[in-house]
Amino acid sequence: MPQPKQPSNAPQFAPHVLTANHLLRGHVVYLCARNTWGADLAQAQVFTDAARADAALKRAQAQPDLLVGAYLAPVQPGPTGPRALHFREAFRATGPSARARGLHPQT
Amino acid sequence: MYSYSEFDTAFLAARNAQFRAQVARRISGALSEDEFKPLRLMNGVYLQLHAYMLRVAIPYGTLNSAQMHMLAHLAERWDRGYGHFTTRQNIQFNWPALEDIPDMLDALATVGMHAIQTSGNTIRNITADHFAGASADEIADPRPVAELIRQWSTDHPEFQFLPRKFKIAITGSPNDRAVTRAHDIGLRMVLENGQPGFEVVVGGGLGRTPVVGKVLRPFLPQDDLLPYLEAIVAVYNHLGRRDNKYKARIKITVNETGLDTIRSMVEAEFALRRPHFSGADQQALADISAQFSPPQLARKSSAPFAAAYQGDPVFRAWADTNLHPHRDADHAIVTISLKAHGQTPGDATAQQMRAMADLAQRFGHDELRISHEQNVILPHVHRADLPALHAQLRAHGLATANIGLLSDIIACPGMDYCALATARSIPVAQDIALHFQQLGLEQEIGALKIKISGCINACGHHHVGHIGILGLDRAGVENYQITLGGDGSETTSLGDRAGPGFAAEALIPALERLLRAYLALRRDQDEPFLAAYRRLGAAPFKEALYGTDTGEKGHANAA
Repeated sequence: MPQPKQPSNAPQFAPHVLTANHLLRGHVVYLCARNTWGADLAQAQVFTDAARADAALKRAQAQPDLLVGAYLAPVQPGPTGPRALHFREAFRATGPSARARGLHPQT
Repeated sequence: MYSYSEFDTAFLAARNAQFRAQVARRISGALSEDEFKPLRLMNGVYLQLHAYMLRVAIPYGTLNSAQMHMLAHLAERWDRGYGHFTTRQNIQFNWPALEDIPDMLDALATVGMHAIQTSGNTIRNITADHFAGASADEIADPRPVAELIRQWSTDHPEFQFLPRKFKIAITGSPNDRAVTRAHDIGLRMVLENGQPGFEVVVGGGLGRTPVVGKVLRPFLPQDDLLPYLEAIVAVYNHLGRRDNKYKARIKITVNETGLDTIRSMVEAEFALRRPHFSGADQQALADISAQFSPPQLARKSSAPFAAAYQGDPVFRAWADTNLHPHRDADHAIVTISLKAHGQTPGDATAQQMRAMADLAQRFGHDELRISHEQNVILPHVHRADLPALHAQLRAHGLATANIGLLSDIIACPGMDYCALATARSIPVAQDIALHFQQLGLEQEIGALKIKISGCINACGHHHVGHIGILGLDRAGVENYQITLGGDGSETTSLGDRAGPGFAAEALIPALERLLRAYLALRRDQDEPFLAAYRRLGAAPFKEALYGTDTGEKGHANAA
């Protein structure tokens, strides 16, 4: 989707995704294309416009029967989709690092 | 152990029905998250990084096999096949769905378990010496008193809106295995004229402001315990700060008010309250005590133990580290390590929980304990049964021989699960255990308590680790501070910060330097790390960590 041009004197808005926890499962979700919510950070919509990001956040906060604790998280856009900038967000996206070691095969 | 009365059962049923309705209202949207959050926390339900978490209370760390089987059932049916035993002797399930939690609580209630007092600004689940009722060094089993305190504090109408959470720990032994001096109230059983009572310690705690508790009363007769506890909590409820949650614990109240003033206020309050305790509490204690009668210990030859000890070096290594003297010389207290090298400290799979429950039933008078050091204890095992028990534990990956050694690490869930964490704990613990196992140094280093917290709240008790590790977020990178010389036993001390923190990849090499320095500095192999640190002071250990520039100005490996 084409983004409106920022006025040259407007403060720069770093790319963000919109994330929350799913009310029923508690799992991490991201706002993806066509305003659906999905588990894959790489599929998340990237906001580069503050007003649009804020409007999306307000819409998410108005869905208490679906979401908990919606917020905007900064990301680095890339060819395979957005990547978390902070390690906390990276863990939210990928799950516990212990799991990756195969310690809990059930997970 | 204590069996629930009709009153307990009815109370739990009503509480669970109430929470089921609250969950339904939340799911329907009738309750907002802000409205629901305090209600779910009162029932042990947190929302963490990846999912909800249900924290189930294990009061004073005591379980029977049916209860352990139920925990396994919860793990398999509603979670991902495992649970995490915590430093508060509780268990946490990391992946329940909100809509399933009422069913989980109902299932728990069938075996007299619940998630009450595992969160919120109330008197929390009481913790106790995990060897209570079995240890050779004990004055008396403190668990009847712990159960009395549980009953007194559950839904106590005066204490449902305290300034902050309130933790009580109790021990019946002069050797403190319950870290009593790091609790809001610590109770240490002592004798006066042959009568048991308690040394009452107040205002201890870890977290962002670590404080070693102070003695409020050197001897409190047991009959006076409940009114005296009520007096302390009432004074705290009155004085405790509510303007700043970081200054709201009783340790700050004691510090700001002064111990002597607190003591006189407590004594005045106690004088008012004592007459209202006309003996019902002591009758309740007598009834409870009857349910904690010691098990009928078997009388048979211990020859199988001696044979296995002589003939099986694997068994011998396990027996040397994982057994503790029982008050009956033919029996032993067995600690089952949940610290297999490279695994998550405190985690047990459902299969392991079932195995431990079955072994408790077969060999251990149907009793299990959870320690604050995140292991499981079978408190009453005849020595003759130890070889067979050990063989079964090996079959389930539960025979790691490392209790009290380097890899018996306390670690909080850290950023792998916890929403409050500033860094990871679990992978650090895993890497430390594997690294020193590969070096083959663990046995040589000997007694050592490493404790790791993933944030300043100190659930991993790092302040009282001989080596404490605190994970922080430094400019978006995980960074680990080391403290040295902490001790959670009866000689409690808080660790000294060694210097600047280490990046994750620099931490293990730093620990190796530190421990190789200890091996070079100790008098002999009988001088443990903590004793060597106390004898020599911090300087040589700082030098090992940071080089001759003892740390405060940084180091190539330090951030």
